[in-house]
Amino acid sequence: MSAPTLMRTPRAAGTGTRTARSRMRLGSLRSAALGLLTWVVVLLFFFPVLWMALTGFKQESDAATTPPHFIFRPTLTQYSSALSKAGPFLTHSVIITLVATLVVLALALPAAYALSVAPVRKWRDVLFFFISTKMLPVAGAIIPIYVIARELHLLDTLIVLIILYASLNLPIAVWMLRSFLLEVPMGILEAARVDGASFLRQLRSVIMPLITPGMAATALICFIFAWNEFFLAVNLTTSNAATVPVYLVSFQTGEGQFWAHLCAGATLACLPVLIAGWLAQDQLVRGLTMGAVK
Amino acid sequence: MAVLANRRGDTAAEWARARDRRRNRRRRIPLLPALLFTIVVTQIPFVLTIWYSLQSYNLYHPLTRHFAGLHNYTLLFTDAIFRTALVNTVILTLVPVLLSLLLGLGIALLLDRKVFGRGVLRTLIISPFLVMPAAAALVWKFTLLDTEFGMLNYVLSLFGVHHTDWINNYSKGTIITVLTWQWTPFMVLILLAGLQSQPADVLEAARVDGAGGWQIFRRMTLPHLRQYMELGIVLGAIYLVQAFDAIFMITSGGPGQQTTNAPYYLYEVAFRSFDIGRASAMGVVVVVITIVVATFALRTISGLFSDEGMEGRL
Repeated sequence: MSAPTLMRTPRAAGTGTRTARSRMRLGSLRSAALGLLTWVVVLLFFFPVLWMALTGFKQESDAATTPPHFIFRPTLTQYSSALSKAGPFLTHSVIITLVATLVVLALALPAAYALSVAPVRKWRDVLFFFISTKMLPVAGAIIPIYVIARELHLLDTLIVLIILYASLNLPIAVWMLRSFLLEVPMGILEAARVDGASFLRQLRSVIMPLITPGMAATALICFIFAWNEFFLAVNLTTSNAATVPVYLVSFQTGEGQFWAHLCAGATLACLPVLIAGWLAQDQLVRGLTMGAVK
Repeated sequence: MAVLANRRGDTAAEWARARDRRRNRRRRIPLLPALLFTIVVTQIPFVLTIWYSLQSYNLYHPLTRHFAGLHNYTLLFTDAIFRTALVNTVILTLVPVLLSLLLGLGIALLLDRKVFGRGVLRTLIISPFLVMPAAAALVWKFTLLDTEFGMLNYVLSLFGVHHTDWINNYSKGTIITVLTWQWTPFMVLILLAGLQSQPADVLEAARVDGAGGWQIFRRMTLPHLRQYMELGIVLGAIYLVQAFDAIFMITSGGPGQQTTNAPYYLYEVAFRSFDIGRASAMGVVVVVITIVVATFALRTISGLFSDEGMEGRL
């Protein structure tokens, strides 16, 4: 009687560990499968971006084919010709986005200060006024803007887009900078104020060094939105101040057949923001949610 | 004595009030430039939009400009295209927002696990959102969805599916797909931040107590994510309601008016027909609708921005 029991006990123990082990193996199998799924899904989402950049390296004869050419002899022809064609547009975009972003920071930092560090009495109302302007559709303002710009001979000038992009990004910047300012320990600011530092001095020598990363992140977010803006650019500029998105309009129909050139142009148009976004990755959520999510 | 003391109390209170007023005035100075700038650039044009909407005013015939009362509004409400545009706006906002929220939730959950190359994955997944919308529109229109040479039809042909003219036969679906593709990364970012802000020890405790994965997700993760989802929906809707780039580049509002949303119709009336009066009336209606939605949106957001960090600063 005892022998079978003895025989059975180790076997029972054996099956026990075996199920535990197989459960573990199942777990790691599941984990591997989910990891694979993650990669597949993410690559699927990334594919259009990759395909755009790749097609830019093709000869036109490799670009619109059936089946699509995955292997081809790469060339820089399309990129260099797109770069020379997009040249003026890129220049306009760079000037407009840079100046607009500087204007935004110059206006938003003091405002954010007056809404956080030394708040005015109705800071909450002001804060929501700013955000409510962000919710107003451009449709509600574009027509007078167009008519006024036309009267003042400002259509197709850099200055119009600079002003408008600054106003577009100002609420975001105010909210975002405020969220950074609130993280500065109050003691530091208090000390500076007790020392009798003037507002500008406080700003320059205490606050700005402390929130440099926050200002950089804010600037990048403003840059991203201004660089990609389409509606105002298309309606208010034609050539003298036309930005990169307006350059892409030329591909909408006529040049549509030249896919390699189109893709090279599109990639060039996207590259600055892609790089900025990748660099600002950790601050991106915060910028997109105006400081609500960190 | 009593009178004196009282008077002294009064003056002290008055002094304090005066000091408060002075302090508030001083504190207002840094705010003024930004505030004035915003009012001038965003509020004045809107007031002018209302003014224009009451006029019969075409840029091509400036001499016939005259006050027209509510005529533009009566025109608008009998305009079948405008009604279609409003319905399309709702569809082309809600569907992409909800689809990208669902996809974003799925991807955020996948990325919230220990997975090989997470940093790379995150960099890759945010890219569609960073791509210039006008460029994205071109890439989809030609290289992906083209009837003859597009990647989609090529892949489908491997499974024996015949060539389809996606953009013309499924124009709304095309626009929705492109918008969803661009906005999913946005939702991923917000929801991933939400997932990662979940206290790990609480989840661990639940697991020790024998709660299953699904139970934890439904009872703990989802309620925790709720405010992040609301924020994603509100912000996504604010931007998508104004969708213009993809429609302009891919379908030009067509075929017919199938993908004409309010911003695109306004563009046509204002910049193709130069009918300033009618376009302005349209702008006013769009703003009024937005205000209704935004009131709800602001309430949602204000819950998120509590007075955290403001203690002792007033």
